[in-house]
Amino acid sequence: MLEHIDYFIFGIMPYIALTVLIVGSIARYERDPFTWKSSSSQLLRRKQLMWGSILFHVGIITVFGGHLIGLFTPVAVLDALGIPYAAKQWLAVILGGTAGIAALIGATLLIHRRVTDPRIWQTTSFADIGILVLIWLQLLIGLGTITLTLQHMDGAEMIRFMTWSQSVVLLKLNAWAMVVNVHWLYKAHIFLGLLITFLFPFTRLVHMVSGFAAPFRYLLRPGYQIVRSRRLKPLAKRSATEPAE
Amino acid sequence: MKVRAQIGMVLNLDKCIGCHTCSVTCKNVWTSRDGVEYAWFNNVETKPGTGYPTDWENQARWNGGWERTKAGKLQPKQGSKWRILANMFANPSMPEIDDYYEPFDFDYDHLKSAPEMQAFPTARPRSKITGERIEKIEKGPNWEEILGGEFSKRSADYNFEGIQKEIYGEYENTFMMYLPRLCEHCLNPTCASSCPSGAIYKREEDGIVLIDQEKCRGWRMCVSGCPYKKVYYNWSTGKSEKCTLCYPRIESGNPTVCSETCVGRIRYLGVMLYDADKIEEAANMENEQDLYDAQLGVFLDPSDPEVIKAARRDGVPEDWIKSARESPIWKMAMDWKVAFPLHPEYRTLPMVWYIPPLSPIQNAAEAGAISSKDGMPDVKNLRIPVKYLANMLTAGDEAPVVTALERMLAMRSYMRSKTVDGVIDEGIAERVGLSGRMIEDMYKIMALADYEDRFVIPTTHREQVEEAYDLKGGCGFTDSNGCSTGTSKASLFGGQKKPLKMPTEVM
Repeated sequence: MLEHIDYFIFGIMPYIALTVLIVGSIARYERDPFTWKSSSSQLLRRKQLMWGSILFHVGIITVFGGHLIGLFTPVAVLDALGIPYAAKQWLAVILGGTAGIAALIGATLLIHRRVTDPRIWQTTSFADIGILVLIWLQLLIGLGTITLTLQHMDGAEMIRFMTWSQSVVLLKLNAWAMVVNVHWLYKAHIFLGLLITFLFPFTRLVHMVSGFAAPFRYLLRPGYQIVRSRRLKPLAKRSATEPAE
Repeated sequence: MKVRAQIGMVLNLDKCIGCHTCSVTCKNVWTSRDGVEYAWFNNVETKPGTGYPTDWENQARWNGGWERTKAGKLQPKQGSKWRILANMFANPSMPEIDDYYEPFDFDYDHLKSAPEMQAFPTARPRSKITGERIEKIEKGPNWEEILGGEFSKRSADYNFEGIQKEIYGEYENTFMMYLPRLCEHCLNPTCASSCPSGAIYKREEDGIVLIDQEKCRGWRMCVSGCPYKKVYYNWSTGKSEKCTLCYPRIESGNPTVCSETCVGRIRYLGVMLYDADKIEEAANMENEQDLYDAQLGVFLDPSDPEVIKAARRDGVPEDWIKSARESPIWKMAMDWKVAFPLHPEYRTLPMVWYIPPLSPIQNAAEAGAISSKDGMPDVKNLRIPVKYLANMLTAGDEAPVVTALERMLAMRSYMRSKTVDGVIDEGIAERVGLSGRMIEDMYKIMALADYEDRFVIPTTHREQVEEAYDLKGGCGFTDSNGCSTGTSKASLFGGQKKPLKMPTEVM
């Protein structure tokens, strides 16, 4: 029975979660762009948001980026660069640990603010508080796994997770067997991660996409202003200095 | 030269009676919804006062508008693009709802449903956000109405800069005026520049600045970017909203709701042609007091054959060029120079302009003590200090405001002489640099203010923007979801839809 659960979580769920993430997000962006937003509550209460939001976001983006790079860098690349596995693990523990703690403090502040402030609680949907609590739990478990990791600093466990994630992406269907024997805390962390991925398109998390896209859009935009024209036939292009004939 | 057309507005503050009809009709049409109860696309402030939201003119606090950097570059005062991106998690310059006011309603139902009791039932206030009882209303949309509150608080008004303001706290010297405010539909809008998503844009054909609700992601940078605080964050939808200059009405040649319903007939709408290539230079003048003149330099004379030729080449329709020639905005801003931009020092090149108000003569009771120049009272003796108006309208430069006030006084003088004494005194007109014919034109447009003279609005050329045949059998306005009926109860993605109530069978 346990084996079936393991098979589902590590062998099947990643594909369900990723499919829902991609198809769901595209559907939402296409069908309901009006709901695609960050849902900021700063207007209603500034208190606790400045610290909470900045700590949370900086922390979680670092952690998220660390996971992406850490899990999906091919082991061959590490070998080629001559980076010892233990060194990479130390880096992950220190960087991820610090950022994780920052994110956890931030998330705690944000949850406290959301629950105790009647203005914000009134405008909070089930999905809003639900996803925040899930992320908080995920951060807690993630930080908890550090205590396990510190007991085996040779990097073998880390390589196992890297291989598993890369195998999943490469559609190697027996990849699930690799992580069957790890500590349940790791398993819980992966399960929650996949669950959050699954829920992504149905929550305010979608603003991550816009958040990551914003710097590109904004910085690459020539100048500052945007003028829109509705003309069916666009005006002929000409240089700014060209006189009227 | 790149010619574009803009619908501009002028408000004649000399005639504003502070009735708030504009605010109320605007509210009924645009912001009587969840999330924007606190937002007034149009509001009327009593000046001197700190306004709505409180202290909005203090850009040292709110960082709205633009600044010229030491290197001579123009950038939003809240920071460069990098700085704005870094503030997306929490915007340090954004007002809280309490800086506007917590929206409230009253328990009206209690008045009729209360049981029999000793005291009269009262309608007590309730928050529109939480639905909870508010014991004491601390602030409202027009908290300083008719000089409400003590002078020490009101006099934090930014326009008192450089004025010995203490004496205006005395009953004998007190003064007031009304300032109706709406989105300025700037030529150089900071809201649009601050938007990381690129959701805010200026329309090429009429200059109206709009927020694309489907592109807005709620980063809130426009709220702090706008120095007039005329972009509002809808706390229910999580999107920013602003005055649309009633574009559906403008497109069909009708004035905005605020203008249409103005009982004082103080509002004017008309076309201004401007040179889009000159905007950056004009907004980046080194000296703040040169900004007003620089903006005048951006406007193009629609009677100039060169301009007309360029306008045609740049696709400005013929009737728009004609309307620009008849524009009341052009006359007041350019011909007579009686209208001024609100706070040009914000460098946004605003397009809602104001005619400064005349006020009673100070110390009029002391007969003979009034100084006068050539039979006309000296504008320095007016109750509202010229410096105060200049701080508001010309970045502190008094000369243009003085000229405007003198011209308005001259108009009264000339017309009184003509209608009461039957004497046409060209001398009065000459003294203020006008001619009798110009003054009569001023009188017709500013004093009589007929509907056709106030609103010269050409219709939009829909044939340039859509194929009418393709629209045949379309769905009209929908909830941005194709031809959906709008009756779905809730969306999978959390959008709160109020379902359309369909009639059901009852028998």
